[in-house]
Amino acid sequence: MATSPDDPERARRFREAALPYLDDVYTLARYLLRNPADADDAVQECYLRALKHFDTYRGPQMKPWLFAILRNVCHAEFARRAGAPLKALDDAPEAADQPPLWQDSAETPEGAMLREREASAIQRMIDTLAEPFRETLVLREINNLSYREIAEAAGVPVGTVMSRLARARALLRTAWLAQEELKP
Amino acid sequence: MTCDDAEILIHALADGELDAGHAREVEAHIAACPRCSAELAAIRQLKQALAGADLTYKAPPALRQRLDAALPPAQPANVTPLAAAPSRRSLLRGFAMGSAVSALAATGLVAIVLRNDDQQRIEAEIVSAHLRSLQAGHLTDVISTDQHTVKPWFNGKLDVAPPVIDLTAEGFTLIGGRLDYVDARAIGAVVYRRRQHVINLFVAQTSSAERRTAKLDTIQGFNIRSWRDRGLSYWAVSDINADELNEFGERFERAMSGSS
Repeated sequence: MATSPDDPERARRFREAALPYLDDVYTLARYLLRNPADADDAVQECYLRALKHFDTYRGPQMKPWLFAILRNVCHAEFARRAGAPLKALDDAPEAADQPPLWQDSAETPEGAMLREREASAIQRMIDTLAEPFRETLVLREINNLSYREIAEAAGVPVGTVMSRLARARALLRTAWLAQEELKP
Repeated sequence: MTCDDAEILIHALADGELDAGHAREVEAHIAACPRCSAELAAIRQLKQALAGADLTYKAPPALRQRLDAALPPAQPANVTPLAAAPSRRSLLRGFAMGSAVSALAATGLVAIVLRNDDQQRIEAEIVSAHLRSLQAGHLTDVISTDQHTVKPWFNGKLDVAPPVIDLTAEGFTLIGGRLDYVDARAIGAVVYRRRQHVINLFVAQTSSAERRTAKLDTIQGFNIRSWRDRGLSYWAVSDINADELNEFGERFERAMSGSS
C-alpha cells in the first residue's frame, strides 16, 4: 500500500512508534559520535530516514531498527569528514586525542553531584574505546539490547557480538584500573 | 569445559543470555575453576558499576522541537504529545509483530547456546499486564499493607506461594496483591508503591531451580528487572527509573535470603 510520506495517519503511526525511543537513539548517537552537535544532526537524519522507510519496517522491534539506521547515518558522517577516518580495530586508545567533552550545564541537585561526576568519568572512559567495542558495549549495557538485537542493529553475527563484548569489557576494565591508580 | 571454552560464555552467563543447560555447564566449570570464577566476579562488578551510574543522555528539548518541525504533522484528531508514553495501541501493535528474530544469521554455537526469545515475548506480556493493572480498579484484588494478609490471600489461587515481603521501611510500600494472566497462565502480582509510582512484582514458577542474576530491560519505556531464585521467576515492572527498580530488586532479594 503506497502512501505519501505526508499522509497524516502514517505520520501519526510513525511518531507513536518511533518517538518514544528518542532518548535511546540520542544516547547511542552521543556515544558513537562523541559530540553533541553531531549527535543532534545524526538523530534528526535518522528519524527522517526511518520515516521514509517506515513502510518497509516489518518489526520485530523498533529500537534495533532505529539503531541500525542511526549507525548508517553516523558512518556516512564519518566518511564525509575526510580528516576523521574510523579508528582501526586495534588502535591504542589515546585519551589526549579525544575532542574536548561537552559539559552538561544543566543544574543538578547537590545530592546527585557526586554520582554525576562518577557517571561522566565512566562516559569518558567508554569514549576512549575503539568504535566496534564502544558500540557493542553501549548497546548492551546502556541501551539494554539482547545479543540478538545487537547483532541485528550492528549487522554482524551474534558470535561477533559476543567476542566484541568480551574485548570491550576487558579494555574498559584496563582503562578503569589505570584511572583508579591515578587517584590520590 | 575448558577455560578457553568458558571465556566468552562467561560473559553470556553474566548477561543472562545462556539457555538453562549451558548456563549449568558454565557454572559447573566456574565452580571448579578459581580463575574463571574471579573473571565472572569481575564482569558482574563491572556490569553493576555501569548499571549503577546513569550513563544515558537525554535528548535536548531543542532537538525534540527541531524533530517535531521536521516530521510531517500527525493527524490532528489524534495528536500525541512528543515523547509521551507509548499509547496502548502502539503497544498492542508491538505484540502483534511478535519476536521472530530468527532471520539472523547466527553461528552454529551461538544458535545452540543462547536462550530463545520466549523471554522477550513474556517480558512484553508482563509490560502489558502492568499497563492493564494501572487502569482504574484493576490494580489490586486484595488491598492491604500487611504482608500477613496479602500472602495467605494467594493460597489456593495459584500453584505457587509468591513471597510477600514488607519493604515499607526501605521506601517501597506494599499495597496489595492481584491475580494476573501472563503466557496463558495465572500468575501472582504483588503490588508496591514508590512515591506516586506503582511497581508490580510478578512471580511465577519455573522448571529450573538454577539461580539467575538480575537483568534489566526496557520495554516501551517501562523498566523490567527480572531474576530467578529457588524455583521462582520474578519480574519487577515500573516506570520508576532503572536505579530505583534495581534498588527495589536488591532489597527484595536481600530480604528473601535473610528470611530463609
